[in-house]
Amino acid sequence: MTSISNVSCFNEARRVAIFGGTHGNEMSGITLVNLWIKNGKEIQRKGVETKPFITNPRAVEKCTRYVDTDLNRAFTTENLSAPSGDDLPYEVKRAQQINEIFGPKGSPDAYDVIFDLHNTTSNMGCTLILESSKDHFNLQMMHYIKKAIAPDSCPVLLTEHPLLKYSTSRSVAKHPIGLEVGPQPQGVLRSNIFESMRVVLKHALDFIELFNEGLEFPPCSVDVFRVWDKMDYPRDTNGNIIAMVHPNLQDCDWEPLNPGDPMFQMFDGTTVRYEGVGTVYPTFINEAAYYEKQQAFVTTRRETLVAGAIKKA
Amino acid sequence: MMDPVSLPPLSRIAICGGTHGNEMSGVHLVRELQRQKMEKVGSAALTTVISNPCAIQVCRRYIDKDLNRCFTDAILSSPVTGDTPYEVRRAQELSALLGPKGSVQAMDLVCDLHNSTSNMGLSLITYFNQDPLILHICRHIQRKVTLAPVRLIQLDTPHSDAYSLDSIGKHSFSIEVGPQPHGVIRADIFNIMKEAVDQTLEWVRCFNSGSAFEGAEVDNVYIFVKSVEYPRDPETNHVTAVIHPQLQDRDFCLLRPGDPMFLTFSGDTVKYEGEEVLHPFFVNEGAYYEKNIAFHLGRRITLTIPSLQMKGH
Repeated sequence: MTSISNVSCFNEARRVAIFGGTHGNEMSGITLVNLWIKNGKEIQRKGVETKPFITNPRAVEKCTRYVDTDLNRAFTTENLSAPSGDDLPYEVKRAQQINEIFGPKGSPDAYDVIFDLHNTTSNMGCTLILESSKDHFNLQMMHYIKKAIAPDSCPVLLTEHPLLKYSTSRSVAKHPIGLEVGPQPQGVLRSNIFESMRVVLKHALDFIELFNEGLEFPPCSVDVFRVWDKMDYPRDTNGNIIAMVHPNLQDCDWEPLNPGDPMFQMFDGTTVRYEGVGTVYPTFINEAAYYEKQQAFVTTRRETLVAGAIKKA
Repeated sequence: MMDPVSLPPLSRIAICGGTHGNEMSGVHLVRELQRQKMEKVGSAALTTVISNPCAIQVCRRYIDKDLNRCFTDAILSSPVTGDTPYEVRRAQELSALLGPKGSVQAMDLVCDLHNSTSNMGLSLITYFNQDPLILHICRHIQRKVTLAPVRLIQLDTPHSDAYSLDSIGKHSFSIEVGPQPHGVIRADIFNIMKEAVDQTLEWVRCFNSGSAFEGAEVDNVYIFVKSVEYPRDPETNHVTAVIHPQLQDRDFCLLRPGDPMFLTFSGDTVKYEGEEVLHPFFVNEGAYYEKNIAFHLGRRITLTIPSLQMKGH
C-alpha cells in the first residue's frame, strides 16, 4: 500500500541571525552574542551564514531595558514606514535600521531565521516563543529541540493572539524564534541560565544544518501554550499596586491555575483568588518589566499543533 | 562576664524604605505602615520614610549617585550648588529630618530596608561598633524569625566613617533580604522582611517597658574582610567569567582554598587562592557589577553581648 506524502518544501535556511540585547539588561543573550562576535566558531554550521548581533547597543551600554521605548514592541508597520528623522525615539530609528539589515519585514529578501535571546525574572525555564501556529518550519525545529533536551523541558509559548500579539525585533525574519530563559534578575548573569540558553541554540542550529543537508522531517505534533489573556495587579486609584503575586502562584509558571486558587496576597495579608471560568496555565509570572505594562502574569491554554512533513526545496 | 548595660528608652524611631528605588520590599512595607497610620510603637514615636522617591518613580537604584553612600560627614556638610547630585540634596534633607547625624536630636533608632539579588536570606547589617542595643535587637530577630536563616554582617568601617542612611540614627542597622530581582516584589521575601520589622518593633516595646535582656552569645556573625572582583581581560577590561555554579546561591557557605569561584566563558574554573577559610556573601549582587564586586568575603565569629535594660528601671 502506498501512502501519499504531503511534504512542505521550504527554501534552504541560509541566512540566520542571533539577536542579543533587544533588552539591554537581559544579560545571557548580550554575553553570548558578544562572545560570538569575537569568536563565532561555536555557531558556525555548514552552508549557513550565522550573524550574531546586538540589537539595542545604547540600552546595553546603560544596562537598562530600553532608552526611549521598548525595542521589542517597536516593529509595527507604522514605525517601520515612518519617515526617518532625528525626533524619532531611539528604538524606532533602531527598528528601521534593523529592518533594513535583516528585512525588509514581509519581503523575500528578509533573513530566513532570527533567534532573539531574552531573559525573564519569571520561573519559565527555557521557553521557546512561536509567533504563528502555521509556521511548520518553526514547529519542526521546536519539536527537534524539545526531543534533544529531554528529559529537561522546553515549553512553547504561542503568542498568536488578535489583541495581545506584539511586533518583535525577530518578526523581521521569515521564521522568528524567541528564546526566553529564566529566572534571572535583570542586570545579573547566572551561569546555569547562560548554559541552558547556549545548549538550546546549539540544538536549533543543528536542526538548521540537518534541514539544509536535505533531511526530511516527518509529521509531528507539538504541545504549545497559546496566550489567552493577561492579568494585572490589583491597584489603588493612584495606579500603585496593592498586592503581590501569591506565594502559591509565585514560580509556578506552566502549572495549572484553577478557579478558586490563590492568585494575589494583599500587603495586609488577605488572599485574592482566581475567578476565571476554567483552568489556565499562567506564565510570565512576576516579570519585572511587566509592572509598567499592567501585567502580573499571562494566562495560556494548552493546545496541540500538528506540523506536516518538511524538507528543503 | 561583661558589665550590664543600661540605656535610655528609645523615644523616636524610624523605618526607611526605598533608599534604593528598585528594592521593592522596603518600598511597599513602608507604604503599608503609612496606610495603616502606624505612628507609635508602645511609648515610642514611629517615623516612616520613603528615602528616594525619584528613584522609586523610575524604578532605578538611584538617579545620579547611590543614596546609601551619601551620609558621610563630608557629603552631608558640602555646599549645594546647581550641579549637586539629586541624592546628595536628598541625603541632606534626610539628615535634617532624622538627624542631624551625630546630634542629640537624631533619631534614637534608624532601620533601613534593602533587598539583594544574592541568596542571603535575612541579613542584619551593622557597623563595627559593638552597640549592645543593636546586637540585642539582632539576637531577638535571630531567635524569633522562622521564615529564613538570619545572619549578622558587621562592616569593618568604624561608625565615624559611616556612609549609609541608617548611620544618621544614634542606634542603627539595615535589614537586607534576598534573593529578589530588583524591580520585583515577591510575597515570600516581603513576608520575611515584615517579620523582621515586626520583631524589631516588638523588641522596642519590650525594652521601653523595662524588660531585661540577658547577656548572651550571638552566633552566625560575619565580619567583612575583603571584596573579590570579577576576572577581566587585561586588554579590553571586559569581564571574562561568571560566578561558578558551585558558588552561585551559596552565600555564607565555607569557601576553602582551592574551591571554585568563577567559571570562565571558555570553560575554565578559577579557584579561591586565599589562605584563610572565609564565607562569601553578596554573591552575584546585580547592583555591584558597576562597583566591580563579584562577592564579599567575611570571617565567621561569635559575639558576647552584655545584659541590657532600660535606664531608670
